[in-house]
Amino acid sequence: MNKSIGKRAVTKIVLHIVFILLSLMCIIPLLLVVSISVSDEMSLMLEGYHLIPRQINLDSYRYVFSGAGSVLNAYGVTIFVTVVGTVLHLLVTSMLAYSLTREEVVHRKAISLFVFIPVLFNGGLVPMYMLMTKYLRLKNTIWVLVLVMLVSATNVLIMKNFFRGIPHSLIESARIDGCGEIKTFFRIVLPLSKPSLASIGLFVAIAYWNDWMTSSLYIETPRLQTLQYLLQSLMNNIGYLQSNSKASRSIEMAMGSLPSEGARMATCVLAIGPIILLYPLLQKYFESGLTIGAVKE
Amino acid sequence: MEKVDTKIEQVITKTRLGKLKKSIKKQIPFYIMMAPGLFLIALLSYLPMPGIIIAFKNFNPIDGIFGSPWMTPLFDNFRFFFISESARIVTVNTLVYNAVQGVLVTVCAIALAILLNEVKNKRVSAVYKGAILLPTFLSWIVIQYILFGFLSVDRGIVNNILDGMGKEPIYWYSEPFYWRIILPFAYLWKNVGYYSVLYVAAIASINTDFFEAAQLDGATKWQQIKHITLPLIKPTVIVLSLLWVGKLFNGGFGDWNGFYTLPNDSGALYSATDVIDTYVFRSLKKINDYGMSAAVGLYQSVVGFVLVLISNTIIKKIDPDSALF
Repeated sequence: MNKSIGKRAVTKIVLHIVFILLSLMCIIPLLLVVSISVSDEMSLMLEGYHLIPRQINLDSYRYVFSGAGSVLNAYGVTIFVTVVGTVLHLLVTSMLAYSLTREEVVHRKAISLFVFIPVLFNGGLVPMYMLMTKYLRLKNTIWVLVLVMLVSATNVLIMKNFFRGIPHSLIESARIDGCGEIKTFFRIVLPLSKPSLASIGLFVAIAYWNDWMTSSLYIETPRLQTLQYLLQSLMNNIGYLQSNSKASRSIEMAMGSLPSEGARMATCVLAIGPIILLYPLLQKYFESGLTIGAVKE
Repeated sequence: MEKVDTKIEQVITKTRLGKLKKSIKKQIPFYIMMAPGLFLIALLSYLPMPGIIIAFKNFNPIDGIFGSPWMTPLFDNFRFFFISESARIVTVNTLVYNAVQGVLVTVCAIALAILLNEVKNKRVSAVYKGAILLPTFLSWIVIQYILFGFLSVDRGIVNNILDGMGKEPIYWYSEPFYWRIILPFAYLWKNVGYYSVLYVAAIASINTDFFEAAQLDGATKWQQIKHITLPLIKPTVIVLSLLWVGKLFNGGFGDWNGFYTLPNDSGALYSATDVIDTYVFRSLKKINDYGMSAAVGLYQSVVGFVLVLISNTIIKKIDPDSALF
């Protein structure tokens, strides 16, 4: 009996060690980026990157916030796109999903099919690109960044699942009180679905925040660069230097034309900052958002 | 008699018409609410579809999609792609990476989920979940930066360590070989948390009576996992696998971003890192070859469709209820 208790304790300890190691594997790489961003540029040159900065120096952040690297502008664009995109996405998607759950809509099966077919068949990247640039003339506008991800068939599916869970009697009673259908939706249905909407909204917001492909395809003016795209173009410069050996790096230092490596990493830290800061608060929603419709699908 | 009949009919049609009118009136608010969503889907998903004929056209911007002359012979855009060496490379890479990553992530996520389920302290398990979920919310660009911190040739941590051990530095960004391991590993790192949380939810929905009964019968943990947990989460595994294969369809919207960003789009690495999506993206963005990009995109949709058909047939044999069609 004693032996089995001992064995159980050992497995428990092993279990926790495994998870602590795994957790560290997920967190430490982020610390590396932070460490580089607060390191002294000279020590980076001499000693390379380290997990714990050898000499702390906040010049990178001073440089970034001085506005020289267009980071602040990119922040503005990204925040605008994320906020407007998320709100509109939730509005458009929830109105569509809710209507598809109502029996009054006679052709809802056919409409659902219309919504889901593009998940399996779509024109692909090139026709989409043509549409956006040649026909809608949305190249180099901020709206292209919002528009591309405005509806998602998957989210319609997920939202349909939770709208179905709203008791019919509540909707019925609103109607007796003389509410029209649209008013009922905004006054009764939406407030009841707040937690689920928050979860989905978080995922949508993250998708907007992390999107680099749209701006990389459709945006050329620096004024409309998003954070992710800015990061990408900064990295391309590094990649170029990387392939041209150390010699060019000293040229770079001498010319001072490109932001220092610390500044690039500082930009990266600023790009993940909001997610990390909000993470502990939002983890609950992240998790429920993940599992809302996915398991039932 | 006849008169009465026609009268009855009239009444019936009247009520029918009335009902129809009433039903239409009832539907109007819903159609108003659906209008923006349906309009956007028509605009963003259906309108581009005919554009796929660019794949068969000798496209020039002046004449536009429909005005440009047809390719002669019709499949010339495809021929250009298939006679190049890239065709074989990107096809093999796409298939192999998707298969490897799919299996790797699924197996690791299930293992993690089973282990997470054993952590009984709710607060501690929430902390673990939070940590392993974190990479899911990072963009591939940010992961590119992280990876660069490790692999940068003259400053990266890995080469620092190699240097400390007196070994030669490795030129990570010009050696394709390593990327065959780095890419699936990075993919695993980013996605395993997401899938394991999904599987934790699936395991949590299993009736605990099963486990209690098994324990009473003296079943070991391993036996419980093999005979209860795994069979009962099988439907979830199948659904997620099908979704996975379905992702291959989504030319340009699947989860291929890592293949493009992580290797810094370095030409020396293409043999190990290029997949169909990155190929299409690059030929559109950098070479502006619309005809061939569209042709390769179409080729990808066909490959994806065949793969879904194949996996659906396999699933039908294993578990007929879970098959898509």
